[in-house]
Amino acid sequence: MTKPKIVIGIVAGLLIGGAVAAFAVAWRPAISAIEPPAPQSFDANLVKRGRDLAAIGNCNDCHTVRGGKAFAGGLAVPTPFGAIYSSNITPDPQTGIGLWSEAAFRRAMRSGVDRTGHHLYPTFPYDHFTNVSDEDDRALYAFLMTRQGVHAPARANELAFPLDQRFVVAGWKLLFLRRETYKPDATQSAEWNRGAYLVEGLAHCGACHTPRNALGAERLSATFSGGDVDNWHAYAINARSLSPVPWDTEALFHYLRQGWDKDHGVARGPMAEVVSNLSSVQESDVHAIAVYMTSVFGPPGQDRLRKADEVRAQIKSPPSQTTPSNVAGASIYAAACATCHETERPLPYGGINLALSTALSAPDPRNAANIIISGIQPVEGERSPIMPGFGSSMTDVQISALLNYLRGRFSNQPGWTDVERTVQDARRMQTVFLGIQPGPHNAPGGPTQRD
Amino acid sequence: MNGPVILDRRRVLAGSGALIVSFSLPDAFAQERETQAPAPKPPGSLAKAPYLDSWIRIDADGTITVFTGKAEIGQGMKTAVQQIAAEELDVSFASLKLVTADTSRTANEGYTSGSNSMKESGTAIQITAAQVRELLIAEAARRLNVGAENLKVENGAVVAPDGQRLGYGDLVANDMLHVQAQAKSKLKDPATYKVMGQAVPRVDIPAKVTGGAAYIQDMRLPGMVHARVVRPPSYGAELIECDISAVEKLPGVVKVIRNGNFLAVVAAREFQAIKAMGTLSAAAKWRERPGLPKQDDLLRVLTSLPSQDSTIFEHNDPSAAGQKTIEATYTRPYQSHGSIGPSCAIARLVDGAMTVWTHTQGVYPDRAGIAEMLRMPPEGVRLIHVEGSGCYGHNGADDAAADAALIARELPGVPVRVQWMREQEHGWEPFGPAMVTRLKASLDAGGMIAAWNFEVWSNTHSMRPGGAGSMLAAQHMAQPIAVPPPKPIPLPEGGGDRNAIPIYKFPNAHVVHHFIPAMPVRVSAMRALGAYHNVFSIESFMDELAGLAGADPVEFRLKHLDDPRGRDVIEKAAQGFGWQKGQKAPADRGFGFAFARYKNLAAYCAIASEVEVNRETGRPRLVRAVAAVDSGQVVNPDGLINQIEGAILQSMSWTLYEAVTFDDTRITSIDWQTYPILRFDAVPEKIDVHVINRPGLAFLGSGETGQGPAAASIANAIANATGKRLRDLPLTRKRIKDAIDA
Amino acid sequence: MSLKVNGHDHQIDADPDTPLLYVLREELKLNAAKFGCGLGQCGSCTVMVDGKAVLSCVTPLLLLEGRQVTTLEGLGTIDAPAPIQRAFMEEQAAQCGYCIAGIMMRAQALLQKNPKPTDEQIRAELHPNLCRCGTHMRILRAVHRAARLMDSAALSSTTQGSAQ
Repeated sequence: MTKPKIVIGIVAGLLIGGAVAAFAVAWRPAISAIEPPAPQSFDANLVKRGRDLAAIGNCNDCHTVRGGKAFAGGLAVPTPFGAIYSSNITPDPQTGIGLWSEAAFRRAMRSGVDRTGHHLYPTFPYDHFTNVSDEDDRALYAFLMTRQGVHAPARANELAFPLDQRFVVAGWKLLFLRRETYKPDATQSAEWNRGAYLVEGLAHCGACHTPRNALGAERLSATFSGGDVDNWHAYAINARSLSPVPWDTEALFHYLRQGWDKDHGVARGPMAEVVSNLSSVQESDVHAIAVYMTSVFGPPGQDRLRKADEVRAQIKSPPSQTTPSNVAGASIYAAACATCHETERPLPYGGINLALSTALSAPDPRNAANIIISGIQPVEGERSPIMPGFGSSMTDVQISALLNYLRGRFSNQPGWTDVERTVQDARRMQTVFLGIQPGPHNAPGGPTQRD
Repeated sequence: MNGPVILDRRRVLAGSGALIVSFSLPDAFAQERETQAPAPKPPGSLAKAPYLDSWIRIDADGTITVFTGKAEIGQGMKTAVQQIAAEELDVSFASLKLVTADTSRTANEGYTSGSNSMKESGTAIQITAAQVRELLIAEAARRLNVGAENLKVENGAVVAPDGQRLGYGDLVANDMLHVQAQAKSKLKDPATYKVMGQAVPRVDIPAKVTGGAAYIQDMRLPGMVHARVVRPPSYGAELIECDISAVEKLPGVVKVIRNGNFLAVVAAREFQAIKAMGTLSAAAKWRERPGLPKQDDLLRVLTSLPSQDSTIFEHNDPSAAGQKTIEATYTRPYQSHGSIGPSCAIARLVDGAMTVWTHTQGVYPDRAGIAEMLRMPPEGVRLIHVEGSGCYGHNGADDAAADAALIARELPGVPVRVQWMREQEHGWEPFGPAMVTRLKASLDAGGMIAAWNFEVWSNTHSMRPGGAGSMLAAQHMAQPIAVPPPKPIPLPEGGGDRNAIPIYKFPNAHVVHHFIPAMPVRVSAMRALGAYHNVFSIESFMDELAGLAGADPVEFRLKHLDDPRGRDVIEKAAQGFGWQKGQKAPADRGFGFAFARYKNLAAYCAIASEVEVNRETGRPRLVRAVAAVDSGQVVNPDGLINQIEGAILQSMSWTLYEAVTFDDTRITSIDWQTYPILRFDAVPEKIDVHVINRPGLAFLGSGETGQGPAAASIANAIANATGKRLRDLPLTRKRIKDAIDA
Repeated sequence: MSLKVNGHDHQIDADPDTPLLYVLREELKLNAAKFGCGLGQCGSCTVMVDGKAVLSCVTPLLLLEGRQVTTLEGLGTIDAPAPIQRAFMEEQAAQCGYCIAGIMMRAQALLQKNPKPTDEQIRAELHPNLCRCGTHMRILRAVHRAARLMDSAALSSTTQGSAQ
């Protein structure tokens, strides 16, 4: 044979082989449609269990849009590649998962494939849900199939070619989908293991709190080192935590369960819905999460403990300071913020003493900017923290001066850069965020909450 | 009012043509009078101020001024009263001047409360105006030597057949109007009304929407200073230490007052006063003592406190035998008036005379209290009502007036303005009392109620008039005046027992009022008083009984109700709603119905509602409500509709959200974070109000008639939507969720 | 410092940390913006700054250098009411009326940026404003009415323009 023919032959072989391999990787069979199962066919206790698990999984948060029905999808999840709309997971036969068997549901959770064999975008965090046990998938299925079916067709995703071709997700999965990233650890307590199972699996904390690579996958070498969601920064919740007062189990438990902690503030932004859901599940599960995360945080070093003591001292007797460069910010703080943030009124209704604020120690000022611009809205009819927004009364320049002042006064971290740009972006994105997020269904609990 | 009161529904007779009204007409005590002495009592507030010129004054230039002892509290009273006077005097609405509650100028009409303004003041002014008109005609007849029947009135003048006009100003001579009201009045025929019964735009709204001075908070007197009170942190707290020297040196501070536990600072400018208040508060050290009950244990607390028990209604018919019996207990927490504008008052002491501008509901009783507090003769104190924000009963207004007077005494000649802070209004106002009701009833074989038992536990619903002792300044000052012992408001008005007696006809009925004197939490009158909870209980229970009988809720009520006006509003509301027997609400929704006649003698109101309940979260949503109301002769239909719409929304907020919270020492619901009320995100899609006008019949108070039925209607709709009955107010999202999950 | 309110410049002699609400009421004797809570929770104090709704009780003077403050008084008078004022009068959208000025300002700011809001949008926009008397239904009707009045005013002015 001549050389070119051999080359052509090899190339053809490779191409055909590659295509076959690609096909083998990308193609998934459809699972037959079933008759939508009758809600009464599911055991009530299983459904209850599924409800708790769905709350831990925060399913309603992504799969519900403001003004829309529960689980009917339609929420635009912003990604670096474009917006992806959450799907309808009500048991509607045409537009939801009414025709899905339990096996189909389990496959979606385990490997991110829908009933018809199409790959699901990993905005649906099956890289975590792959850890969910069969038993728990069964309960989740029972819960979802007993919800009210809502006819709500999926909205088209806003992705550019070729990302809008689902089979490319197969490539992503090949690279990034690990099976069983959670493994039980016999040296740890049952509670710790329970927490690990929930955190690595259903609760998918890392999906927000872990940085992602250019292809949108979690950087597993940096789990829990901080991530981004909806133009909010999800803080580092491991040894790189920047909170002025280190977290411990009791603080974590209180924060996740009640929605606030005296040394850390009130959970708002995207975290508000998470703690709202966690307030309704079994306490033991929330405590288990707190136990596991305590070990993820690791014991705080001497340096951090010393700094925490300094913070507490600063709160007791605040030093007065105005260096010429931040007079503007200082006077804004004194006039607009101190009246609420320097009272003795305890959380969750008093403004947090900003020396305790993690937002001011974060790598960028987004969270602080978001809160200053939009404030904190009350939950309907419930005792709730309320903070007025200053987006309309303050200019970008004023908010930036304030942020720089707060950073300098209340944190040991180096100054932020590009603050004014961040403020401009925050204005725009907060409007979107508040317009489409369903919002928490209950408010942070207070010590004398009636309910 | 010691024995049981047997209600006899008095039908008010109305003729057509010229109405001849005698004193026995539109009055709750009418029945009493019939059986008593011959001299009839003038109706409404004419009983307290029978001279015509207490109500209407006509100047020589023809200017007509109407005086009412009632206060505008946002209910449109000023407009309605002006309509009445304009109608009977046959003058244009706009030509009248109106003066409201002022101890130097108007009759003593007690409190603007109890939905009595139309009945008391409206009636008095209607009769006065009619009699003034007749006097003017008679005078013109005398002067023109013409028969009165040949004269007519037009635009403020009496007109003779030959066209001669004698203006009212010309006719009024000397003390012509200083005569007592006669027993008979020639009232106009409702069919000829030009102003009454019309939706005349409210006189106060234009200023309110263009930044005109409309409220006490807008008053600015020359040389006025600003005061802030530093209230104790809790009931009974004692000031043990307070270094005021630093505060006295703050910029703008004019005076710091420490009088026992009463602590206040006065400054030249308002923000200076606020800052000084903060410093003063930080400098004050208090000794507090825990004395509050457990807020989650009010059922046990209220039913075990000592009480004065009385059977307020009893009817027996042993032939009616009950077969199926059910019981239920309903509870209501303390609730707050929640006035949007915290209380405010201005006081000035000049040459030994104290003037107080205040939004109190009762200028005369408040004056008596302030005079007592200052040890001044009442004649030396003048109270002038200036509108505040809606008070919905006894809020901090009276206290603010006392505060201002106490401070003004220390700064003679200077007008002192006291403005309460939000936290002070929330923390110190007298709340609507917590209540418990226990109901038990049985159905006979035919599904009709055979026996009905109702018990209500409650504090007093009014700590006024209470003299000085009911005002914080007097309680806190160095020689304090003790809080007076609480007294129940007698029936038929009632307090905790308001609307406790069912309007329905039951063969056996037994109603007991447990009046609890001890008040661990400061309480007083809040809109509708006991009627809110009593109607909530009765109407919820009627639904529970209807369910037991397998009957439609509307039909069930009609089967037990004689009162034709009550039946009319029930049918009207049901029809307006589209209520169908055997109806089924859409998924996750429920329909509810309720009805009451406020105090069993004021306005009738029935409300049908549709509520959606989110099964995932438990959150209830009022989708729509349809109401029907009968207020007798309607004065201003739009004002009436406004009141009913408002009642439904206000009651919805009370019913779904509101409870005062406290720990063992302090009130903890001290702002809108901790005492949430209705916001625009929960407003229903639609509220329809159908007004049944009764021309010529007595005015029936309507400011409080909607709250009770709205609460029960919503509760019944929630029960219909979820299949679960909730009996503890407020019906919060969490309680509904827990009930659904149970 | 100098403050521009309703188109006029004023020299204000108050501490820079004074909330705008007290400057408006005490210095400038303007009544519409009201003290309801001083905590930014109730909206009674709402005014506009550079056309955006702002809670004047938590807006210190020092933020307002060179900016335009508009209060209800700046929109119109009893004799020459602005569309929003006409609408509220025509709908009789008030009971005690204490909350109304703040609500009107927030609605005005909304209509200036979105002349044809849906009912949903109006409800969402008014969320920071409380009304205790329960006048909400009328308030919503009044805002819709104001939108229509503003719309027809705009229409008639363009018609006049083109008729020349």
